[in-house]
Amino acid sequence: MSKRVWIRALQIGVVAASLGVLAWTMHDREPETRHVVKADSKRQQAPEFALKDAGGKLVHLSDFKGKVVLLDFWATWCGPCNIEIPWFMEFERKYKDRGFEVLGVSMDDDGWKVITPFVEHRKINYRIVLGDDKTGDLYGSVEALPTTFVIDREGRIASVHVGLSGRKDFEDAIEKLLDDAPVDSVGVKRANHS
Amino acid sequence: MLLSIALVLSAQTTPNLTVDSVATVKAAKGGTATITIEAHLPRGFHANSNKPTEAYLIPLTLKWNSGPLTTESVEYPKGSMEKYSFSDKPLSVVTGDFSIKTTFKVPADAANGPASEVGALKYQACNDRACFPPKTVPVSVTVSVE
Repeated sequence: MSKRVWIRALQIGVVAASLGVLAWTMHDREPETRHVVKADSKRQQAPEFALKDAGGKLVHLSDFKGKVVLLDFWATWCGPCNIEIPWFMEFERKYKDRGFEVLGVSMDDDGWKVITPFVEHRKINYRIVLGDDKTGDLYGSVEALPTTFVIDREGRIASVHVGLSGRKDFEDAIEKLLDDAPVDSVGVKRANHS
Repeated sequence: MLLSIALVLSAQTTPNLTVDSVATVKAAKGGTATITIEAHLPRGFHANSNKPTEAYLIPLTLKWNSGPLTTESVEYPKGSMEKYSFSDKPLSVVTGDFSIKTTFKVPADAANGPASEVGALKYQACNDRACFPPKTVPVSVTVSVE
């Protein structure tokens, strides 16, 4: 085989290897972009916060430890949020007894004077707290609404949904996390009897 | 930890509406003057028109807060009715390039010479999957009262 053919073969090999690495990298990123629940080892702790509900009571994320939480950043003026709210109300009814809760973080600048009538009108059945920029920053500068985090029983972010997402994406994530056995204090998975 | 969250959200920042600078406007005392603001929204985004079809939506508004002139009327672009995946009904929105024309009265006792007419353009933008917090763009036009 001539030197030229060898060089050509080497070039093709390098291109093929590069494409392989690229494909592997893209595959590795798929879970985030397709809203699939992250593997246990890739989940990171959800930042703690303390925000007030309509009654002025401080609500901490850590209050929900041991439960699967759907943390929804939303606003009354946000059309896509309005599509998702009825889904979340249904999830709250359907999964509450299995250790699941929805927590809505309203990013309305006008506060409770606009949130309260909205919540009453829509008969929202889950807890709402008033968010702020500091909390948005903790979660990676939340600007696009809705932005929703599904958090596992250990308080770790299992999936992130930016913008209007598919109802099934949420349901699949919630079901999977509810089915996962909780991990005890030494990191051993316990049998799930729920 | 924040880095990975930030990476997911980094492409989802509020779109910036831009406004062209306006040449000095001549205003004759006792008469009227007009200022036209040319505004631009990035491709793929829309803002609610001044008359949104749903009560919960934040309208496009231009308010003149200070300056020698008295606002008489503000003429907003007519919204186009567009259907998005997040709405059952079409919404009245503005997209791309649009203009807002304000007609002012020039007080007969206005002081001669140049002065700034200062206002604020408020908008709330969305794309077809997400909405972004309302923003206000400052607007300032030099007016030469004669």
